[in-house]
Parts: sequence; structure tokens; C-alpha cells
Amino acid sequence: MAKVQGLLFGLATVVLVVVSVFYFTKDWMPPLHSDRGAIDHGIALSLAVTGVVFIVTNLLLAWVSFRYQDRPGAVASYWHDHAGLEWSWTGVTALILFFFLFGALRLWGQIVNTPPPADALLVEVTGQQFAWNVRYPGPDGMFGRTDARQATQENPIGLDRADPAAADDLLLLNQLYLPQGRAVDVRLRSLDVLHSLFLPNFRVKQDAVPGMTVSTWFVPKDAGDFEIACAEHCGLGHYRMRGRVHVVPAADFDQALAAAAAP
Amino acid sequence: MAHAAEAQAGEAHVHAPQAFIWRYVFSKDHKVIAIQYYVTAMFMALIAGLLAMLVRLQLAWPERDNAWLGNLLPMGFQSGVMNPEFYAMLFTMHGTIMVFFVLSTAPVSGFGNLLIPLQAGARDMAFPFLNGLSFWTFLCGCVVILSSFFVASGAAAAGWTSYPPLSALKGAIPGSDMGQTLWIVAMVFFIASFTMGGLNFVTTILNLRAKGLTMFRMPLTMWSMFLVAILGLLAFPALTAASLLLVFDRHFGTSFFLPAGLVLNNVPLMGPDGAFLHQGGSPLLWQHLFWFLGHPEVYILMLPALGFTSDIIATFARKPIFGYRSMVLAMVAIAGLSFVVWGHHMFVSGMSPYLGMAFAVGTILIAVPSAVKVFNWLATLYRSRIRFTTAMLWALGVVSLFISGGLSGILLGQGALDIHLHDTMFVVAHFHLIMAGAALFGVFGATAYWFPKMFGRLMNEPLGKAHFWFTFVTYYGTFFPMHYIGIAGHLRRIYDPYQYEFLAPLKGINEFITVSAFILGLSQILFFVNFFWSAFKGKKAGENPWDANGLEWTTSSPPPHGNWPGAIPVVHRWPYEYSNPAAPRDHVMQHEPPFAGEPRH
Amino acid sequence: MPGEILEKARAHAGGPRGPVGSWGGGGSAGPDGGIAADPRRLGLWLFLGTVTMLFVGFTSAYLVRRASADWRPLAIPALLWWNTAAIVASSGALEVARRRLRGWAPVGAVPWVFATGILGVLFAVGQVLAWRALAARGFYLETSPHNSFFYVLTGTHLVHLAGGLVWFGVVLSRVRRLAYVPGEDGLGLFATYWHFLAGLWLYLLVLLFVV
Repeated sequence: MAKVQGLLFGLATVVLVVVSVFYFTKDWMPPLHSDRGAIDHGIALSLAVTGVVFIVTNLLLAWVSFRYQDRPGAVASYWHDHAGLEWSWTGVTALILFFFLFGALRLWGQIVNTPPPADALLVEVTGQQFAWNVRYPGPDGMFGRTDARQATQENPIGLDRADPAAADDLLLLNQLYLPQGRAVDVRLRSLDVLHSLFLPNFRVKQDAVPGMTVSTWFVPKDAGDFEIACAEHCGLGHYRMRGRVHVVPAADFDQALAAAAAP
Repeated sequence: MAHAAEAQAGEAHVHAPQAFIWRYVFSKDHKVIAIQYYVTAMFMALIAGLLAMLVRLQLAWPERDNAWLGNLLPMGFQSGVMNPEFYAMLFTMHGTIMVFFVLSTAPVSGFGNLLIPLQAGARDMAFPFLNGLSFWTFLCGCVVILSSFFVASGAAAAGWTSYPPLSALKGAIPGSDMGQTLWIVAMVFFIASFTMGGLNFVTTILNLRAKGLTMFRMPLTMWSMFLVAILGLLAFPALTAASLLLVFDRHFGTSFFLPAGLVLNNVPLMGPDGAFLHQGGSPLLWQHLFWFLGHPEVYILMLPALGFTSDIIATFARKPIFGYRSMVLAMVAIAGLSFVVWGHHMFVSGMSPYLGMAFAVGTILIAVPSAVKVFNWLATLYRSRIRFTTAMLWALGVVSLFISGGLSGILLGQGALDIHLHDTMFVVAHFHLIMAGAALFGVFGATAYWFPKMFGRLMNEPLGKAHFWFTFVTYYGTFFPMHYIGIAGHLRRIYDPYQYEFLAPLKGINEFITVSAFILGLSQILFFVNFFWSAFKGKKAGENPWDANGLEWTTSSPPPHGNWPGAIPVVHRWPYEYSNPAAPRDHVMQHEPPFAGEPRH
Repeated sequence: MPGEILEKARAHAGGPRGPVGSWGGGGSAGPDGGIAADPRRLGLWLFLGTVTMLFVGFTSAYLVRRASADWRPLAIPALLWWNTAAIVASSGALEVARRRLRGWAPVGAVPWVFATGILGVLFAVGQVLAWRALAARGFYLETSPHNSFFYVLTGTHLVHLAGGLVWFGVVLSRVRRLAYVPGEDGLGLFATYWHFLAGLWLYLLVLLFVV
């Protein structure tokens, strides 16, 4: 019985490696339609490198547990320290991780820590239980004032109609129209609890925090209809806080938006 | 020295209390308290595990009519379909109970209490009364958290992280009414209990070690307990502070976490005078305080498992643990770094991007000591002679999970990649493999290994091995595929994923995971049967059934009240002296006098 | 009486080692010598460490919250200065009592122990009066974040002080029974906690009203 265990453990580990690596070679990412391909590359590269480490360490584990089972006459070696070995694997690990870190910081700077281009389309998305209120500033390029005290069923974000800047604001519910190929600067807010704007095809995920306006920007690359999901548990309707992104050719954008916003 | 031994022999005449209630119920004996903790944690695990089964049922077949379950749990189902509020309650309570009341409790409070005095060569913990009080405080916490299932508005449902405003506004989700209050009360009991335990652990380890047992001769299990206790003492107060502030926000109208201008269900939260009920608070503040505890807490779960694994592997590989000092330093580094990485839970929370960078650095760094541990284990196994006992299988399982679960952390630690992976099943896969899995397998291994010191008997080996294989295969079957669906964007905490077109194709995988999870759940029956059968009917274990070296193996199984009938043994070496060719046999115990030509450890 | 006291002193010199409960003088001395002092002292310091972390948590919350737009500073209630004087004086009185005790004058220590307690109670009463004074002026818990922090921090401090007063009750009864051993620092543990509370209060005062 005990003899079998080492073989079994070795085999199980090999099967784990083969099956899991096989499935990792499939493309699981939702189709990419934004300029954030660097995230996909980062994930693929990280999966490849950690995958190699996964295969090597697991095969080592499988091999030692099969090879060094106790058998009659077996002697364990009295070997418990090797400074050179320990320093080298610490060093090599640190070196690999250093490259990861370098890449991670560069990518973070590129995606999160870079201001949007000046010509970016401004759009405000305000989460509430359980819908996304989308607002465009209109021709004046300015959002009208909002006041939570004025919030009602018909005016969830409490837009202050007395503010002249509010007159041309365009409001949509759960529909996000975006121009193809132009940067979009999303201003995220929330009325009640935490939400998280998740656009799987655009590699965008950003929490909407009440009391704060959080900004994130990206460039939609391809025309089409895509889904919006809420990624932060926000209450009973969290699972159906769905919206749609409509990316339209830049030339048709104003028209499409006006048509969508028409009552 | 002779004088000391004499004095100690004298002490052993202190008798254990004879009345049942003082001996087994309100006991101050660390071994009884350990078993009390362990069995309570097992009971809590049973409940939290059943909650997880219901979660899995819903994720695989949200449309199915489960009339029989509806009859069984009328509060959770409406004509056979689960309510969303019940689902939110399930994952919240599963997380809370598992993290705090099972996986912090069984390894730390259970095995910590059992092993620290035995491995240290102490007659009991430093403060036995405090130790007993700690258990009863813990039990109050268990009762409170369980009672929240029976309040009308349901148990807490804002996730185990209880992020406000969801957890602070009663109208935001039903669980944020009485349920959340009970959640906070249970947390306070738990923290008080854990603090009492921590005081005991650190004091006992620093003050009551046997003669000759220097810090660098301690078993790695003891080192892990020492670090875990310090982590608990330093990290839990942040949750105490946060919980207190949350209580004030919830019940007394303060605005620590709640900003102005909240609108709930299209109704602005304002007083009759038109002023907002809340002003200027920050929901992010809670996240910072929570994760300042939360991340060290993850290591509170894991470090003991790493300690158990090292001890078990050395014993059954019949080899000294490789790189003992680097193992200790790695654990110290992991514990230290765990205080500066909490922000990696908050990459997309809206906090300053510069903070995000700092937290990515710490997070990636923590992989270095973790990798060192894996390599040291592999080097320990190299040219060993492995005895495949049940305990050894579990220890190898921990190594396997530590590799599989650890590597995905490198993806999540890179802030930009986390944008896509955050709050998806990829994260669920990651922490179930490395944190929950390693802790759980560690506890199973420790149970098989130290069972003699709990009940004086051995667990049944064939049954134990069957339990291991079922658990090992289905654990991977359950949690590994979550990586794939996570990459595909599958969200966590979602009642019905198939509302989304991009998640609909993942249903088949979800069904596979659920079936695997059900087998995983059922396999645990093997453990319960083995545990209780062996505790009463198992083969009697001698003092040292595994030919191990630690001080716990120098006394009878189970040890008497006071742990050693005579004098406390004196320590001459580390606990890993296996297979030294110069030694008279293949292992030399810590208390045996030095042999000719022995290296100093 | 002196003979009895001497006896106690001698018994005490062996020192309590090991578990404080059922094992009497049990356990074993630490191998490194250094830290193997009184485990109760180590336990107390660890407890103070965890209390410190609690207030570190509050402090970080306070500093974050103070940066927000709605922060309106609260004027310090004048009574707090008197309370501060009381708690500092209480610590001072305790030090005098300890000196008496160490200087083989247990009887002379009794009034100073009383003074410690009375000043401590005065502080507690003063804190409650300060709350009432604030409330009378319309500064309630929820009025502004500075108010909220004032009530929460002073309240948490007061809870710890209440624990100290319970401990003080034990100390007082032992002092009155002359149960402490002259020449030994029997009040040492309690003094550590009591001074910690005074120090914590000074810290809170600075945090809330000075910086």
C-alpha cells in the first residue's frame, strides 16, 4: 500500500501539470476591442513564465516523491545546508521577479498613471442600485451641476436643471455610446454603495465610490455592441446590473448618441 | 541543574482537577482547550462547507427547481428557486466563518494550544486561565455568528470584507440590518479571544522554553505560531477600530465611512431640514483598515500550515529540514512583508495610483521568501527516504497547493493585470488554493500527525489515505478550473452569471466545478468518521509512533496533566537530527545527550 | 508583623516563574536567561502593544478623515486641562506610593494609593462632564467628524481606564491588607498599565487638539 503512494502522488502531479497546462494554452480572454492589449500581453507573458516554473517545480515534486520512497536498504543523505545553492535560487527568483516588477510598474504607469489625451470624449457613469447612469456633457463640453437632494425616480443623479450647463447634458440609462478610435475619459461616480464598472472586452475595471469621482480612460478600437458588468458586490441586484457599450464609427457618433438620447 | 530538576519533579505532583466540569469543560489545561477549539472549528467547518455547497449549486444550475431544498430551508428559497438575498448571505457567511472561525481557529488556536507547551517543554501555557477564557469568548463569537442565521432580516450579506456603504446602510441589503450588527459583535468576540491566545503564545514561547531550547532550536511549527501570534496582536486591532467606527456610522449617525450625497433607491438620505445625514466620510478608509488586518490574517491562516508541513516532511523524509535558518528567515520575511502589501486588494478601488505602485512592489517581493520555502522543501525531499503516511501525503499536498496557488499571485500582484482579473473567479481560485487549501491540508496533516498527542491513538491509515486522495483530486478539480473562467471574466459573488452573454458559455465548466465540489464535500465524511472512530477505537499510539525528534514525543500519548510525569527534559539540539551517519540510530531526539562527534545545532 | 513581611519577601524573591495559574512556581526558566523574567510583565507589554495598535488604527483613520473638506475643528473643552492634570497627578501619586513600598514603608504608601484612585476617578468623571458640556453646546457625536473622533477616542480610552480602575480595586485591597512585600515592586505591573493610560491620554490630547 505504502509503495503505491509515491507512484500515485507522482502520477497525480504529472496529470495535474498536463491537464492544467493544456487548458491554459487555450485562449480564455474575452475578445479584445480596446487599446489595452498590453494587459493581454502581460497576462500571457506572466502565464508563460509562471507556467514554466509550475511545470518544473511540480515535475521535481513528482520525481522526488516517486524516486525517494522508502525501500529496504535506502539511506537518506544527511544534507541540510548549502549556502551556494540557497543564495543562487533566492537570487534567480529575485531576478525573475525583478523583471516582473519592472514590467508591472511600467504597465501601471502607462495605463493608470497617464492622463487622458486632450481630445478625449468626456463621459460620466454614475452607478446606483442597480443601473448605470450615463451622461454626456453635450456641445458645451461641461457637465451640469448635480445635487443629490434633487434626486428622484425620474432624475436619479439629481441633475440641477437650473444650471445652464445642464441644459444640453445627454442622459442614458445602461447604454454607453462610444466613438470608435477616439479616447474616452470616463468619470465614475456612485450614488449609494460601491460598484465597479467592468468592460470585459476593453480590459477596463474601475470601482465607483460614493463621495469620489474616479477617472479612467481608454480607446475603443472596434465598432460593435459589448457588455457592461458590475464587478463589485453591490446588493441583491448585483448580478443583473448589466449595461451595453455601443461603439460606433466616429463620424456617426453624434447622430447615434442623439438618437439614443431622444425620448 | 540537579536542583532545578528536583524542583520540577516536585511540581508534577500538582494534580489535575477531578470534577468533570473543571477537567473537561471549564478546563485550564492547554490540551483540553486545544481539543475544544479543534472540535468547535470542525463543527463550524461543517456549516461553512454546507453553505459553499449551496453557493455551488446556484452557480451551476441557477434555473433549477430545488423544491426539496426549499422545503428544508424555507427562508432561502421561493418555490424552489434560491433568493438573491439568501445567496449573498451564503457567500458572506461562508467566507467569514471559514476565514475566522475555522481556518484561523483550527491551526492556530487548536494546534497552537496543543503543541506550543509540548514542543517548548512547558507544563502549560503561561496564562492557563486566560487560555480557558479565550476559548469561551471564542465560543460566544460562534454562537453570535450562527444566531444571525435566525434573525428575520437574515445574516450579514455584504461579503466577508463588509465594505461600506453596503454594510453600513440598512436599506442597501437586508443583511445590513441586524445581521451585520451580529457580524460585528461576533468579530469583537473573535478578536478578543484571538488576542488572549496571542498573549499566551508569545509569552509561553519567549518565557517558558525548556532548558537548552534556544530560539534557533525551535521546531518550525513553533516559529510559525510565534509569528502568527505577533501578527494577530498587531493586525487585529485595526479591524477592532474599523468595526467600532462602523458601529457608530450604522447606529449613531456619524460619518467615518459614509460620504455626503448618498441616494438610496432614488431617495436622498437627508434630514427634514434638507441636510444630508452623512458628511464627507470615505468608504476607502474601511478598505484600508480592513486589509491592514486582512492581509496579515491571510498569513495567520497559512504560516502554521507551512510550519506543520516542514515538521511532517522532515520526519517522514527521514532527513533534516533543508535550510532551517532560511526557512525561519523566510517566515519572518513573509510575516513582515504582510504588513505592507494590503493595498494589492485595492488596485481598482480608486485609491491613488502612486500607492498602487508601492503595494505592487511589496506584493511581488513576498514571492521571494515563498519560493525559498518551496525550494527548501524540494531539497529536503531530494535523496531522502519517504514514508508515505497519511500525514506525509497531506504535507506534500500543501507543497503542491503552495506552488499552484502561489504562482497565480504573481499575476494578481501586477496592478495592471489585476484590472482584468480583480473580483473574478481567478482570485477565488488563487486564494482557495494557497490560503484556504494550504491551511486546510495543513490542518489535516497535523491532525494525522499529532493525533496521538490529542487522544493517545493513531488515526486509521487506509481511511486517511482514501480521504486524502478524494480531497486532493476534487480540491484541484474544484478550484483549478476557476482560473480559466476567471480569465474569461467570470465575476465572483454573482447570483446568476448567465445573465451575461459573455459568461453564458462557461456554464459547462461551472457544472463540472460544482460536481467536483459536491464530491469534495462528501469526501469529508471519511474524515469525520475516521476522526471520531479513531479517537475512541483507534490503535493505541506509543510515546513516539513516528520516530520523530521533538519534545512532544518524549512524553506519553496523550500527555498527562502537566505534560511530563517527571522532570522536564533538557534540550541538546534542534529537532531535525535525522539520518546522521555518525549517530547511533536514524534519528536523535532533542533531549538525548550529545553523541560523539555531533555537530552543534 | 515585620517578621511575616520578611518571610514574604524571601518567598517572593524566588519570583513567580512559569504559568501564573495552577502551577504556582512551575514551569522552567528560559534558556537565554534575559527575557525569562516575569511572564505577567511580558504579557502586559504585549497587551499594551495591541492596545497601541488599536490607537494607531484610529490615528490613521483620523489623519485620513481630517484631510476631507467637511472637517470643522472643535474647540477644546477647558475641563480637559483639569482632567489632564488629574491623570498626570494620579500617575505621580502612584510613583510616590511605589517609592514608599520599595523603601520599606508599606503603611506610608496607603494614602498615596488612595490618591491615585481618587484622581483616576476624578479624571473619568471629568471626561464624562466634558462630554456633557459639549452636548449642552450642541456638539453631538454626529455633528462633525472632529466631534465623532473626540467621542470615540476618549470613549475608547475611558473603557481602558475603567479596566484600570477595576485592577486598582484589587491593588487597593491588597495594599490595605498590607499584602505587598516591602522592598519589592508589587505595584509595578499596575503602574505600567496606569502610566500607559496617562501617556495615551496625553497622546490623544495632542492628536485631537494640538497638531
